[in-house]
Amino acid sequence: MELKEKPRLLITGAVIGVASVILTVLGNPQNMGFCIACFIRDIAGSVHLHSAHIVQYMRPEIIGIIAGSFAISLITGDFHPRAGSSPVLRFIIGFFVMVGALVFLGCPLRMILRLGVGDLNALVGLLGFAAGIGTGCIFLSNGFTLGRSSDETRIEGAAFPGAAIFLFILFLAVPSLFSFSESGPGSMHAPVVAALAAGLIAGMLAERSRLCMAGGIRDLILIRDYTLILGFIAIFAASLIGNIITGSFSVGFADQPVAHDKHLWNFLGMMLTGLGSVMLGGCPLRQLVMAGEGSGDSAAAVLGMLFGAAAAHNFSLAASAGTGPALNGKVAVITGLVILIAIASIVTVKERRKYERG
Amino acid sequence: MKEVDARGRSCPEPVIMTKRALKEDEEIDVLVDNRASLENVQRYGRAMGKHVSASEEGTGWRIAIRK
Repeated sequence: MELKEKPRLLITGAVIGVASVILTVLGNPQNMGFCIACFIRDIAGSVHLHSAHIVQYMRPEIIGIIAGSFAISLITGDFHPRAGSSPVLRFIIGFFVMVGALVFLGCPLRMILRLGVGDLNALVGLLGFAAGIGTGCIFLSNGFTLGRSSDETRIEGAAFPGAAIFLFILFLAVPSLFSFSESGPGSMHAPVVAALAAGLIAGMLAERSRLCMAGGIRDLILIRDYTLILGFIAIFAASLIGNIITGSFSVGFADQPVAHDKHLWNFLGMMLTGLGSVMLGGCPLRQLVMAGEGSGDSAAAVLGMLFGAAAAHNFSLAASAGTGPALNGKVAVITGLVILIAIASIVTVKERRKYERG
Repeated sequence: MKEVDARGRSCPEPVIMTKRALKEDEEIDVLVDNRASLENVQRYGRAMGKHVSASEEGTGWRIAIRK
């Protein structure tokens, strides 16, 4: 029997929350059971797109999420190859979503996991994230759109998930091709099989439930609908309980693992990520899932995030744990906000004119 | 019947287009081409106190929103 939307979201959130705690116990960095931004950043390092030695690893979770979504969407008929909704703009927005996340030190999913361990810096991040989503909603309700996508061939839709799976096979077969951290967060990881399985399960459940970290707050603001936010709350609750059981729960701003307490930059970093996520139609996790469902537009956003992660480390934009972002990172966040607001404003004004003309 | 073509639009644009159209007409048809939009638009219609039904059409769905 097909589950209703709300139980589906609650189950998905709970499973992802619990899986995150388990992955941490099995070796992932603290509060980093899942982090789409951090893991894409590690993959960027692993394939030599950046040379920050402490953050290089071929994270099986990311491949698992894409492959899980791909597999389940093929089975259920949700697989729908489509593209053509401003792919270059999506690449650029994806780039800045990543920059914002790496200044905060985590994607929206890790933000919730950080909240679940008592990291109050994540609460500051959440306020920024909500502010970014609110800003995006103003544009959306005034007609912002990246345009219509159109149907593509099945081979085009399968290309991105296929490439991700190919990359993973290459990693298993010829690991010497890739870089792997010997110290730092990149060196800390759960066994490959466990990480892959967790990713596959998360990908399948997220595909079925349309779980989205940005969508929950967005729907609450735009249409007063609290369905999607249930997933968000379930992840928080599950990780909170899990962390209390494993004894990793500790409330405070200072000394939180892989985090910093520069409030302004936690706020602005996540604001950038929130605004970008609304413009893309979903958070980084949702982009991976939609890329698995055959969306070339989401694949462009994911590639933008991969490129953004590489740039974040090659140009010293990413924050350092403990000390926060350096000047380059601060400038990049402000630049990102200006660019995204400029894109959104131009598109919205043009769409409004079109709409008023009928 | 006014028809809102939300095919190819990314989330949550189909819902916003529905919201906008319902301000002008009480009864509309909305065309969507993915399951996320299908669920979102139906949920929105029901939340607005409408009768909502959907039928498959082509590679997507036609959602009928009625008083």
